[in-house]
Parts: sequence; structure tokens; C-alpha cells
Amino acid sequence: MGMTEHISKQFEADLDTTRTRVLQMGGLVEAQILAAINSYATGAPDLIAQVIENDARVNGYEVAIDGACGQLLVRRQPAAIDLRLIMAISKIVTDLERMGDEAKKIARMSKRIHEHGTHQAQRFPAIRHAAQVAVKMLRQALDAFARLDVASAAEVLKEDSEIDSEFKSVLRQLITYMMEDPRTITSALETVWVAKAIERIGDHSKNLAEQVIYIVKGTDVRHTSFADVEREIARE
Amino acid sequence: MAAVHIAPNIEPRADAGKPVPKAEARRLSFYYGAFRALKDLDLVVHENRVTALIGPSGCGKSTFLRCFNRMHDLYPGNRYEGEIRLYPDDTNLLAAGVDPIEVRMRLSMVFQKPNPFPKSIFENVAYGLRVRGERSRRVLGDKVEEALNGAALWSEVKDRLDDLAFNLSGGQQQRLCIARALATDPEILLFDEPTSALDPIATASIEELITDLKKKVTILIVTHNMQQAARVSDYTAYMYLGELIEVGRTDELFIKPKNKQTEDYITGRFG
Repeated sequence: MGMTEHISKQFEADLDTTRTRVLQMGGLVEAQILAAINSYATGAPDLIAQVIENDARVNGYEVAIDGACGQLLVRRQPAAIDLRLIMAISKIVTDLERMGDEAKKIARMSKRIHEHGTHQAQRFPAIRHAAQVAVKMLRQALDAFARLDVASAAEVLKEDSEIDSEFKSVLRQLITYMMEDPRTITSALETVWVAKAIERIGDHSKNLAEQVIYIVKGTDVRHTSFADVEREIARE
Repeated sequence: MAAVHIAPNIEPRADAGKPVPKAEARRLSFYYGAFRALKDLDLVVHENRVTALIGPSGCGKSTFLRCFNRMHDLYPGNRYEGEIRLYPDDTNLLAAGVDPIEVRMRLSMVFQKPNPFPKSIFENVAYGLRVRGERSRRVLGDKVEEALNGAALWSEVKDRLDDLAFNLSGGQQQRLCIARALATDPEILLFDEPTSALDPIATASIEELITDLKKKVTILIVTHNMQQAARVSDYTAYMYLGELIEVGRTDELFIKPKNKQTEDYITGRFG
């Protein structure tokens, strides 16, 4: 953005710390999602346990960052881009926390699937691909937040439709399996929950990217078509 | 399936009815001797709205405010260029033939520090009416009560109208000055940092009063306090070095200013 610094060094430092913590939280959530997907692939009990345990750290970040936002509001009465940044952060941490919950959900589901011995390796590639797209979206949204880069944020919005179609394709596959062999229904349904969690992670990354556009442009692009968002971004 | 459009239920304050211009500065410049303190300002002040002037010290906001009631006439060497039109009669307030005393009755000023006259509460409020030639004790009494009511002070002073104004608290004195300004039925009230000498409680009551008064009069306020501008005004104008940098609706300007200089100032990045 090339903004000049605040006259108040303390304000500058506090904003900086809060921004950094959001990125740390984002990094942790990303690691949680990757670990959850690996636990789905391998069923490794320690990995599953670790994801479930680490979710408390994600929650801790959410509470701490929201508290910091409250302090910034009450002490600084921020305006313009500072206000937009703080409001956006408060929403971003909610999305990150929910992504953390989805990772935990995947880990729990993996535990059940592997305990039942119903894991079917042939389903993994489709799930893994969807997960890769979701993680890429999250990474890019966090990167867009770090650099306040609207073009990069816009790409995340576009990718969300990709993950939606991944989800539909997984669903189609699973339906085929279930029709072929009703004994797979239980495990197929469990896999649907995993796929759904991944799809939700994509939605949350999209929300995050929308907040980046709000911070930079001051325009609320939630519930707006992608074409309108692009037009808004092009506007000076 | 058609998308359901849900209209936002929070109306921006400035959208209550279509704004009508009450006064308008047109290419207004002002000189203190050879120094040009205001540079070609264009600003529309809307009727029954609060317009706030903000900007760093020395930016010209008080100078600008004082042009509206010809306060600068009191010192030699001061010079206006351009015009300030008052509507609906479309008078140029700065024109040579216009009587500054009459201008000051139509556009009353309230200052930073409460400055009551060394007179009774009653006489402070009656002063402008007496200058206008009002002699009737009954008319004066009615007008003083009305003005004190308008300034939300009547109930506090009605039993001691003959007391010296200096016996009132700071916040009460400021409301007395507002009553004094209201007594001549002005069309515009000019506030020059009206709360900077007051505590937060007195400030809140003056701000409440401003919001109430705008139903009857048009208000132009200079303030150092940006949160105050955000709280009380419908429009905000940011000034810097004698120029108007940005004028906009308050609900937009503090969230999404269009100008980088405005953004730097309101976010405390001003260097």
C-alpha cells in the first residue's frame, strides 16, 4: 500500500503485531488442514490426536486477536483504512477458527473411518486434489492479506468455484460406489463429510479474500457476482 | 431462482430527505494583509444539516468559518475575494452593501471558550434582540425563554435569570452562549470548537444539542476532534494549507476517504 507510518509508534507497532498474529494463526490453520488430510490418508493415530489437540491453539488465537482488535478500537478510535483493517481482522479470525474446526472434523472422521476399517484408498486422490485446492486458496488469501493485494484476492474468489466443482465430482463418484455396492454406504457417507469440510474451507478462504478487498478498496464485495467484484477492483 | 434483495435497514444520516443548499462559498479566498489564508474554496452548506470542518492547526478552518459572519471585518487589512451566497434569498454575504451586524444575526457564532457578557443570564440572551431594537419586556421574556429552551438550559436557570452569567458552570455557560446565538432566530449557527474547553459530559450535552438544533437551523462546525465530527456531522470537509482537500458525506469520509491526504490525516499519519 505504501502507506506512511502513523505518528504514534505504539499504534503502528500494535497494528503490526495484530497483523502478524493473524498470519501466524493462518499458518497454524494451514498446517492443521494438511495434517488432517494426511490423517485421512494414513489413519496415523498420533497425527489425528495432534490435530484435535492443536485446535485449542487455533481457538486461543481467535480470542486473543479479537481482544487486541477491541483494544485497538477503544484506544485509537481508528478511521478509514485502519478501521477497515481492524474490522476485517475481526471477521478473518472467525473464518480461520471455523477452518480449524473443519480440520478437526476431518481428523475425527478419519479416526472413525480407520477404526471401522472402512477406508478405501481409491477414493483418496479426488479428496486429496480438493484439499490441495483448498489449501492453495487459503495460502493465497493469507498472502493477499499480508501484502494487501487485491488482484491476488480476486484469484481466490475465482478458485472457489473450482473447489465447488471438485466437491460435486467427489459426490458423483461416491454415489456411483454406493449404487454399485450398498455395503460401501457407511464409509461413502463418511467420505462425503470429509469432502464437505474441504468445500467449507474453500468458502472460508473466499470470505478471507473478500475481506482483503474490503480493507484495500473499502467496498463490501460479499454476496456479489465475480464480474461485479472484478469491475470494482479495476476501479480506481 | 431469483436472488432475494434485502435492502439495508440502516439509512445513512445524510440521506434523510434531499439536501437543499443553504449557503455556498464560491471561489472564496481570504487574505490577512498579504498572506492568502484561504485559496479558492467552493463549499455548499446544506440546510438543516451539520457540516464539519476538520484539518490540522493553521489549515484555515476557523478563518473560513469567520468569513461566514464577517468577523474578519473587525480588523483592517483583511480582504475577501469571491463570494458566500446565502439562500433562498441569494444574498452575497461578502458584498459591500451588506450590513455585517445583520449578517451576524442571521449567522450566529459560538466560540471555543464560553464568553458570556458580564451581565445577568437574562440580559445575555436578550442582548441581540435589544441591539435589533426590541423594547417590549413581554417579547423579550418570551424570546429569552424560547432561546434558553432551545439551548436545553431553561429548566436549569429559570429561577435565577437575574444571576450573573459567570456563576454558571462551563457547560452551562456554553449553552447560554448558544441560547444567546439562538435568540435572534439565526438561519445558520457557526460553532468554532464549541466543546474544546468542556469535560466529556458537558461535551456530550452540547453534541446532543447540536443534533437537536439542526432540525431548526443549519450548522457549520469547526472541530479538532475527528470523533466529534464523525458523531455530530452529516458532511465533513477536510482542509489543509488553506485549501479544501475533500468534502464528503461523513458516513463515507471516515470509512473510505477518496483523497490520500484526507486518509493520512484521519488515520493519524499526518507528518
